[in-house]
Amino acid sequence: MTRRVVITGLGWVTPLGSGLEGVWSRLLAGECAIAPVRSFEAGTFATNFAAEVRDFDLGAFMPEAARHADAPVQVRFALAAATQAWRSSGLEAGRVSPRRLGIYMGCGEGPPLFEPFARSNLRAWRDDERVCDPRAWEEAALDLMPLEAELAQEPNLALAHLGEAFGCQGPSLNCMTACAAGTQAVGEAFEIIRRGDADVMLAGGAHSMIHPLGMTGFIRLTAMSRRRESPGTAARPFDRTRDGFVMGEGAGMLVIEALEHAQARRAPILAEVAGYGSTADAFRITDIQPDGRGAQGAMLAALRQAKIDPREPGPDGRPRVHYISAHGTGTPENDGIETRAVKGVFGALAPQIPFSSVKSMLGHLIQAAGAVELMTCVEAIRTGWVPPTINLREPDPACDLDYVPNAARDLRARGGVDVCLSNGFGFGGQNDCVCVRRFAP
Amino acid sequence: MRRRVVISGAGFATGLGLGRDALWAALVEGRSAIGALTVVDGAALGVTLGAEIKELSARDVVPKHYRKAVKVMARDSEIAVIAASFAVRDAGLVTREQDGVAPTYPAARVGCQVGAGLIPTEIDEVASAFSTSRDEEGEFSLAKWGEGAINNLQPLWMLKYLPNMLACHVGIVHGCEAPSNTITCSEASGLLSLGESARVIERGDAEACFSGGAESKLSPLGLLRLISWGRLARGEGEARGARPYDPDSAGTISGEGGGILILEDRESCRARGAKAHAELLGFGAAHSARSLSTLAGRSGGELDSTGLAYAIDNALHDAGVPASEIDAVVPQASGHAPTDRAEMAALRAVLGARASSVPLVTLTPALGELVAGRGGVQAGVGALCLREQRLPARVHAGRPEAGALAGAEPSRPAALRRVLVCTSSMGGSNAALVLGAA
Repeated sequence: MTRRVVITGLGWVTPLGSGLEGVWSRLLAGECAIAPVRSFEAGTFATNFAAEVRDFDLGAFMPEAARHADAPVQVRFALAAATQAWRSSGLEAGRVSPRRLGIYMGCGEGPPLFEPFARSNLRAWRDDERVCDPRAWEEAALDLMPLEAELAQEPNLALAHLGEAFGCQGPSLNCMTACAAGTQAVGEAFEIIRRGDADVMLAGGAHSMIHPLGMTGFIRLTAMSRRRESPGTAARPFDRTRDGFVMGEGAGMLVIEALEHAQARRAPILAEVAGYGSTADAFRITDIQPDGRGAQGAMLAALRQAKIDPREPGPDGRPRVHYISAHGTGTPENDGIETRAVKGVFGALAPQIPFSSVKSMLGHLIQAAGAVELMTCVEAIRTGWVPPTINLREPDPACDLDYVPNAARDLRARGGVDVCLSNGFGFGGQNDCVCVRRFAP
Repeated sequence: MRRRVVISGAGFATGLGLGRDALWAALVEGRSAIGALTVVDGAALGVTLGAEIKELSARDVVPKHYRKAVKVMARDSEIAVIAASFAVRDAGLVTREQDGVAPTYPAARVGCQVGAGLIPTEIDEVASAFSTSRDEEGEFSLAKWGEGAINNLQPLWMLKYLPNMLACHVGIVHGCEAPSNTITCSEASGLLSLGESARVIERGDAEACFSGGAESKLSPLGLLRLISWGRLARGEGEARGARPYDPDSAGTISGEGGGILILEDRESCRARGAKAHAELLGFGAAHSARSLSTLAGRSGGELDSTGLAYAIDNALHDAGVPASEIDAVVPQASGHAPTDRAEMAALRAVLGARASSVPLVTLTPALGELVAGRGGVQAGVGALCLREQRLPARVHAGRPEAGALAGAEPSRPAALRRVLVCTSSMGGSNAALVLGAA
């Protein structure tokens, strides 16, 4: 007998701010956080804009921030998000047994110090032989690249910081499945509770790749928008003129919990995690299966677990899924294939399901994206509103579903939002989907 | 009714050779791969010893149509792909890599969970591009980089170094469309991946999974990163490195490599007439209470041992096996003295007085610290101990603390029914498996 799992706490740090309600209202208002990069001199980069988290101070979130002063930026984001989630769930020491409290992060690597790295390489570079002299490189690196900055790149540092800050002694894992990691972390955390290996899990993602090397990597992959003249409208998922995603940064953290544990401590139950599906394309390192088979498989698996037939309308005549948070990166490839996949899953009902991408406003939070986007699904259930896809002006004939273009939608008169899917797909062909549902005892 | 999970295949790529037989024979003979490094010159970092893989080419094992992809494989990915290829053959599985033969399982029923590290970029590759981004004084110019020098980096550069590329390449070669994941928890990555694979099979989401991990830190940037963890023996200390449980061990010695195992639903494995090496009876994970002290520069001397003790306890509980039935342990045994002390304390907490009489299978002196690659190798060797009813030799042992059965000893036959495999990690994750005779 597997257990039911509910969401009892939410917290995020996003380019549109850090308060749960503030960010949600900005998303509903269609605000965009994308602007020229300020954190480094990106003027000459083909993509010189991003959605940055501005004026972030961990001390504003937790009194003991000084203990984490050496934590890299994405870990500080995760700490702030987790603190909000923890408080909103009403958890405090003594309310959960440490051995039954785990943590599953989809945290990305920390930013490298780019210029010291570049200079170390140049000191060791031998123009005539076109190789680096390793000893010269090592001497330069010891001189220019502080060891603490190397350690700070390790992706599991979030576990070290969050685990100690919140007293977790249950299972702790960090996954790196590129842009799917946030979704996957919550999904696997859900499985851990469902099976009984923990009662409460802190789960989510955190990442920042807004640094020269991160931007370089995606520029070379030609995955990012190059609309330098109009950053605010550069992220245009599902639009015919879309030319790539826009980088964001931040963290999304959820407290998820066994139902009986949440009930016993009278925790606020925000929604139920009803299903999780994970597949791999196993196709090519650069491309998605053109038929969207892997994405379909992930959605179908999540729906099967939630016992929802995607092709059968509910008693009210509406599709049983009321909102899909798209992976919706704004790359030409993703949006067309994701659309095809949604049609493959929902058949004739697909055009009736609002299916939007908040990446049009927040940018792509990479490993944090899935967790933040899942949180928007919980907010949709709570408020009855769904967020828009902004910058959608010229419909792409290949993208012909209801992307909630440009304006948020109030679904309360139609019965509100009870069931949502959140999609997260990653480079390498990783597909994850989490289904959340309004909690009903 | 919970589905039972077996280890039906094991593939290794380590300094002691490629494949199951090569590793087992070397461990039984008592060979160590630790020696003078040739694949990387780490002299300026104080690192001259390591356990390297002398010849490594994924090109030799991938199907012809996939050879082009080897160009965008980092060394870590090559290790994983080679280990996976040996594992498939060892398990007698047919995957889609073999043309014209029906795969044992459809791709939708095969998963892939791989432990990986942060893959260090090859410095020649980036330096070559940086060299085109110098200003008049010969200094690096970020403006010139963005303007055009950036284009001298190969387009797929980043894809080569994403940690999930290990699982991705293995999945593409063999056809793994069921759940796939990449766990990055330093030394615990491999065992956590094996635990997750077991759960995926148990809950019915796959019949078989490729699982384990691989990593290589044997490159200038890799070694620098490993040094930043504060666990590596360097300089004069190298001669006293990788001596598990010896209070005078000066740190660990870097190796490279990994192990990919085939985990399989026991009934499915039986139905195809295959004989498993061992059964995976239980898995446990737990986080260290003082996890920040695992980070270099933060430790106040002793490391927490309760996290590892809890992980082991959870695994025993999951397996339904009392601690008194553990016949041998394949521990981390890294040679980093604080880590080893905490590990012995955890073993004593769980095994009680038996901790000093249960044989420890210490692999680091033979293979070096494999980091994310260690879990697949530890669990694979544990399974082979059960299969062969034998303990490998212990080498390069130093003088272990009193009460740790870790001194030098030749290989010997042993009656083994249950083997415990465990590790702690930099970062605070701990993981354990309980294996049983198949």
